[in-house]
Amino acid sequence: MRRSVSVAVLIAVAVLGVGAWSVGAKSPGPAGQQKADAPEVKIDNFSFGPSTLTVSVGTIVTWTNRDDIPHTVVSSDDPKVFKSKVLDTDEKFSFKFEKAGTYPYFCSIHPKMTAKVIVQ
Amino acid sequence: MSPTDKFKEAQDKLLHDHNHDGIDRRGFLKCMAWAGTGAFCVIRGGVLRSYSMSRLAEMDPKEMAGELSFAQISDSHMGFNKAANPDVAGTLKVAVDKINGLAVTPEFLLHTGDISHLSKPEEFDTVEQILKSAKPQDVFYVPGEHDVLNDDGKQFLDRYGKGSKGAGWYSFDKKGVHFIGLVNVMNLKAGGLGTLGHDQLEWLEDDVKHLKQSTPIVVFAHIPLWSVYPEWGWGTEDSAQALSYLKKFGSVTVLNGHIHQTMQKVEGNVTFHTAASTAFPQPQPGKADSPGPMKVPAEQLKSVLGITDVSFVRGKQALGVVDSTLE
Repeated sequence: MRRSVSVAVLIAVAVLGVGAWSVGAKSPGPAGQQKADAPEVKIDNFSFGPSTLTVSVGTIVTWTNRDDIPHTVVSSDDPKVFKSKVLDTDEKFSFKFEKAGTYPYFCSIHPKMTAKVIVQ
Repeated sequence: MSPTDKFKEAQDKLLHDHNHDGIDRRGFLKCMAWAGTGAFCVIRGGVLRSYSMSRLAEMDPKEMAGELSFAQISDSHMGFNKAANPDVAGTLKVAVDKINGLAVTPEFLLHTGDISHLSKPEEFDTVEQILKSAKPQDVFYVPGEHDVLNDDGKQFLDRYGKGSKGAGWYSFDKKGVHFIGLVNVMNLKAGGLGTLGHDQLEWLEDDVKHLKQSTPIVVFAHIPLWSVYPEWGWGTEDSAQALSYLKKFGSVTVLNGHIHQTMQKVEGNVTFHTAASTAFPQPQPGKADSPGPMKVPAEQLKSVLGITDVSFVRGKQALGVVDSTLE
């Protein structure tokens, strides 16, 4: 979890008009990044890990695809709260959770892959 | 000794090792030329017959011929470059060579989706370029989920959707056989399987309504229209309804891709069949933690990739489906 990639310095692309970052560049982040500030979900072996992630309001969560196969990170809610572009191997997606609640999501290419983020 | 080490030992020279796995492109293709044993299958009258590739030459070409024949290719995944197959263009070319070498030239090709790996224009371009060298010039496509990434399938429709309905479904007739291309990779729901959707089902019901019961039907779609392994998403939510519209027909063949391995099943009047990938194999249902690409020793790769050659013989109950590996 102590991966020091700082999403703050990455190119921001708004998805659905709210704070989502599509991460194309791997810039070294400033040292001392708090682990709780930038939790990471790993996509590995056709699953999201952890499958339930609990964070506090205002947290930016980053997903990293570590599979040989592309995946997406898409909100299961209607309307969708967040939706990544397709992530090839090692590509990342970040989203800032501004409101408390439970956010189920899935991979729209492999919809059996489901997980959720709980924001408190 | 790992398969890669074995391969390294057998190789005489390594020119470019892009994947740091001891296999360069030339070596990879050379390796494939040493491919081991494989098998192909014939289903006739609902009965599966299996032949080893070495017996293909012994088979009477007349047995494979009929009034109509075509070949199915699937899951080219152009753009994939990981260890499971660093040269998907090379293996697609081998598939084309195989088609061109058939005793009976198929009248057309069906591509059952995942043409591209990441829906990139250059990936589609490469596949089209390679398929230009196939003797059959007509290619009928349906999209896989990898072909409709990011744009809800707009690019796919622009390229292949001429004359199609909705997300790209269509039908056509060839020598008395009614072919139906279905799309079950759009609007997939969390936790769900492939989906045809209300509009497409309604169209299908109408499309077959006027046909005689004796008309042979061939349905092709990317994700299997039968429950191969729902735990991995290998099935289609509303396929039962689609198949209910086809109950009156005496001969229905369903051709799918997606699962990167051959599988057959006969259920009443319907023969289900999945084709191998021209790119990389996937594990058997439940035989691995996930359906990710299966890494096999390069010398075995071609025996798990393939094409499907289908002959229609008038008067027979079902189509004969012949699976052929890429060796």
